[in-house]
Amino acid sequence: MANMDDVMTRPATGATAAGPRRKPAAGGLTRDHATLGAVWILLAAFPFVAGNEFVVSLGIMFCINLILIASLNTIMGFCGQISLSHGAFYGLGAYTSGTLSAKLAVEPWIGIPLGMAVAALSAVVIGLPALRLRGHYLAMATLGFNAIVFVLFNELVGLTGGPNGLLGVGPFSLAGNALFALESMYWVVWVAAGLVMLAILNLIRSRVGRALRALATSEIGADALGVNVFRYKLVVFVLTAAMAGLAGGLYVHYNQFASPETFGFFTSVMLVVMVALGGWGRYWGPLFGALIFTVVPELLRSFGDLELFLFGLSMILVMLFMPGGVAGGLEALAGRFKRGGRS
Amino acid sequence: MDSAGTVLQLLFAGIGTGSIYALVAVGFNVIFKSTDAINFSQGEWVMMGGMVAAATVTATASPVWLACLFAVLVVTGVGMASERLVVFPIAKPTPLLITLISIGLAICTKSAVMLVLGKNPAGYPGFAGDTAVHLAGASIHSQTLSIIAITIAFMVLAHLFFEKTLLGKALRAAAADRDAAELAGIRVRSTVLWSFGIAAMAGAVAGAIITPLTFTSYDHGTMLGFKGFSAAMLGGLGNLYGSLLGGLLLGLLEAFASGYISSHFKDAVAFLVLLVILFWRPTGLMGTPAVEKV
Repeated sequence: MANMDDVMTRPATGATAAGPRRKPAAGGLTRDHATLGAVWILLAAFPFVAGNEFVVSLGIMFCINLILIASLNTIMGFCGQISLSHGAFYGLGAYTSGTLSAKLAVEPWIGIPLGMAVAALSAVVIGLPALRLRGHYLAMATLGFNAIVFVLFNELVGLTGGPNGLLGVGPFSLAGNALFALESMYWVVWVAAGLVMLAILNLIRSRVGRALRALATSEIGADALGVNVFRYKLVVFVLTAAMAGLAGGLYVHYNQFASPETFGFFTSVMLVVMVALGGWGRYWGPLFGALIFTVVPELLRSFGDLELFLFGLSMILVMLFMPGGVAGGLEALAGRFKRGGRS
Repeated sequence: MDSAGTVLQLLFAGIGTGSIYALVAVGFNVIFKSTDAINFSQGEWVMMGGMVAAATVTATASPVWLACLFAVLVVTGVGMASERLVVFPIAKPTPLLITLISIGLAICTKSAVMLVLGKNPAGYPGFAGDTAVHLAGASIHSQTLSIIAITIAFMVLAHLFFEKTLLGKALRAAAADRDAAELAGIRVRSTVLWSFGIAAMAGAVAGAIITPLTFTSYDHGTMLGFKGFSAAMLGGLGNLYGSLLGGLLLGLLEAFASGYISSHFKDAVAFLVLLVILFWRPTGLMGTPAVEKV
């Protein structure tokens, strides 16, 4: 037992590899900011090169998945805590804004912040007792919470539509005009995902981020250095829950429908998997995780019943041969390239 | 039905499902003890136990108990083979990496069962047929009694195995302190293989004996694994006797919640109580707090 917590709270390849290169002090613009800006400008061009609506819709789901995976990566990778209720926070965001829109015709611009608040509030309730403990307790508490929320989505038929799903959710609108076009929806999620990525980058470069890295390395060590471990973990957990709520709100108004399965236990587990496949605790990891989560199921669809098997198999292979995920693999590759192949 | 009959009925239903959760929890605990990882494929082995037994009954018309025994052997083999294929090759095993790989293993196991044995729900009669026992106004399926008896037997055997046999003692030693066990001449890497075998066996026994009551299909494993994990946490992760207590408690909670509150909300009620218990006693009912040295 003694070494469990120690190992559980440490990213796979050591916390020194976590996060962007830590040269400059907090604040100000850095190379990562520049890279992020460049990537976002490139992503802005996506609808123009996409060719057809289906590809644009994949782009929309990519941005939504990116918000989910990047926020989960922040609590998992930088706090060393596994959360298995990201699906539930995603769902709370979606059902809050979706139900308000379907039943009371509330605008998404009001509904989504409310959904984020509901997700954040529930994270406080779960986090207050669970984050005081180390080890698998957050995993268990969040797993139980996800189960409870899933039952509520299914059984509060009057509010959520139950297993048949929530119908009649309105689309985004701007100055009274509904944004039905996929391109305009893409711009909405593009802005949201960009802001989330920027917020996370600033968070991990701030004083909070340094405290987080310290506690991911050794919680007791960080505690001894005067880092209020519990408070930092709670703040980050609540922030990431709010981000998942944002993703839920975007999803429900884009899809104009929500059904409980989207937010179940399986989703929560898959999001954890995508964080790991992308590169656990690496800032750019979620970009790859979201890409895999969005595109690979589409590519495997033609295999029919073999789809799931191939997915599981490739996941095992990536974890076996690239334990740092895609981002970790690329980092190692770049390192070897820089050394001129001498190693 | 009078109220005493109702209580008795719910009591047996709770102990029956609780026994299953306890067996699944044993699987979680054994692997947790040897790797510190949460094994997500545990539930899939439960499902596989039921599916293989059902396929054997259909294909060979052999007696149910024989088919169940065969299924337990097959799944134990699958568990050990899985360890060799996906856990043993890990270059630098960490608990998180093993946990993540076990998710991949769970997906593969589930879809392999679907590809080989099909998507249809499967079942077979209980060990004593589909008879019911009447007791003080309650009607209890004979299989429920079989489940309780087999679980007790399994727990006693597991206890004897870990206390009396050399292999059992080696497993406990490796779980207590890997380096010290290695120095004492125990091959720690191979204890992981055995723990996967034992965990798969516990899962398969649970799956083979619950199927007459609930039927099974390839997608039943996740939920059972999830419940078994909760039972293990409730009892105290890493504690064999805690599994039994946690499993029974969770089973009874569900049974009484569905009997007296609402069958729709039974999961929500059971998990709410579970969370409250965990917040009150974070290490589970029988767990001991870990002391971490820096």
